[in-house]
Amino acid sequence: MADFIQHLINGLAAGTIYALVALGYTMVYGVLKLINFAHGDVMMVGVYIAYATAKQLGRGAQSSLLGVMLIFLVAMGGCALIGFLIERFAYRPLREKPRLTALITAIGISFALSYGFQLDIGFLPGAAPRAFPEIIRPTEWLVIGDRDVVLWNWQVISVLIAVGLMVSLQYLVFKTRFGRAMRAVSYDHRTAALMGIPVDRIIALTFMLGSALAAGAGILYAIKDTAVQPLMGLYVGLKAFVAAVIGGIGHVPGAVVGGLLLGLVEEFVVGYTASTWRDAVAFGFLIIVLLVRPEGLFGRITAEKV
Amino acid sequence: MSGPAVLGERTPRDPLLEVKDLQVAYGAITALRGISLSLGQGEVVALIGANGAGKTSTLRAISGMLRPKAGKITLRGQDITGKKAHTLLPLGMAHAPEGRGIFLNLSVEENLQLGAYLRKDTDGIQSDLEQSFGFFPVLKDRLQQLAGTLSGGEQQMLAISRALMSRPSLLLLDEPSLGLAPQIIEKIFGILRDINQKGVSILLVEQNAHLALNLAHYGYVLETGEIAMTGPGKTLLASEEVKKAYLGE
Repeated sequence: MADFIQHLINGLAAGTIYALVALGYTMVYGVLKLINFAHGDVMMVGVYIAYATAKQLGRGAQSSLLGVMLIFLVAMGGCALIGFLIERFAYRPLREKPRLTALITAIGISFALSYGFQLDIGFLPGAAPRAFPEIIRPTEWLVIGDRDVVLWNWQVISVLIAVGLMVSLQYLVFKTRFGRAMRAVSYDHRTAALMGIPVDRIIALTFMLGSALAAGAGILYAIKDTAVQPLMGLYVGLKAFVAAVIGGIGHVPGAVVGGLLLGLVEEFVVGYTASTWRDAVAFGFLIIVLLVRPEGLFGRITAEKV
Repeated sequence: MSGPAVLGERTPRDPLLEVKDLQVAYGAITALRGISLSLGQGEVVALIGANGAGKTSTLRAISGMLRPKAGKITLRGQDITGKKAHTLLPLGMAHAPEGRGIFLNLSVEENLQLGAYLRKDTDGIQSDLEQSFGFFPVLKDRLQQLAGTLSGGEQQMLAISRALMSRPSLLLLDEPSLGLAPQIIEKIFGILRDINQKGVSILLVEQNAHLALNLAHYGYVLETGEIAMTGPGKTLLASEEVKKAYLGE
């Protein structure tokens, strides 16, 4: 029983991170019908930005409340800028081209970032993994029995930050004028323009938002995993993409549920079988969901009235 | 090019929309071969013609949904040729597009709010909402429903109401009668007349020539990308060519 609870805690903590990254995939897919394969790598860049910011702050300041907030802000802002640039210069010129063109471009950007960051020139960090600074000093917040169940402070903080970001996003998408415009663009951008909605700007903002969330998720992942390396985006990105598809790509709450489910499934597989099974089960889970519900758990096959 | 046959006299009005030698092409396929038309302040102008004659392309070029290959479009004297669609709404032109363009994933209320996307005057928006509910009371009952659950007629009512939410001086309407039952069509066209009497000019694209020409002050007959004939609505309605080709008489 204690094992079970421990896995549940770990699974939820990991799942919220997947969920945050999955939200970026799903939002961009929503407005552009594009799988932004560079999304995970944008997250990786965000982690390096956070890493550099923490180093600049130094040992004391980086783990103060103000320091941590600054690290999040700088990384999220930096990623928003990168998301903006990628959309503006790589995807927008291809907007009216066949969708495959943009998809290949996305893969190209993904490789450019993940392999470019392995270079050891100038500001680029090189291939070697680095230890992510302890911006949140791990302490045990709750210990049950003889260390049967341990709840770490970073797990709680990570879940709180992730949930906070998700709730804000949910509010933004469903309760604000911007969210309304975003959903209209997602449904039909040509008609959205007829409403006076500046479609290009909405798409750019969506990219920035998704990228900023990825940066936030990346930092949480780095705190959990304690390591930073240029290929981390490919791996986490792929998993989060799976989470988004499981939830029903384009569906915001679906991405959250997909992320949590994937985190839990992986954790239980690792806990009760062997960690080598983790990826096989994650992707097997995807295959099963797609066989049973091709549109994902929450996705809808829309029937249109004529 | 010989130019269109002109039947009857047109009542002069202050010009609102002016289209000159408009050409539209989709790749190698030419949709419009240089058409000219005009619409005066307070006027209802109908554009009739068979499927594929270029009616929808004309509206799309005017509202900025597609870029014309050549020609000039002016609204109140201002050149709007090739401007992006979202920049034209502030100039007082709203377009209810082909197929109604309802956001089926949004509620009826959200659709209406999007029609007023650029407006900040809460009171004015509210009074325009009330006006729409006056025209189409069913929308008020369905406000919180997803627009995808509306019937075709209700969606058309929503499309018209949403376009009016920007308080346009010119309304572009693409086939408002398409796929609707006769009594609903009659109701909608009755309300279009009311809307026009409140001062909104209307450019109406219709396959149903009878309906359109009855409502319109002036009409244009479009044939394979060219204007074949123009004249006041009632005159066109009475002309032998139109009767034969479009009214099945």
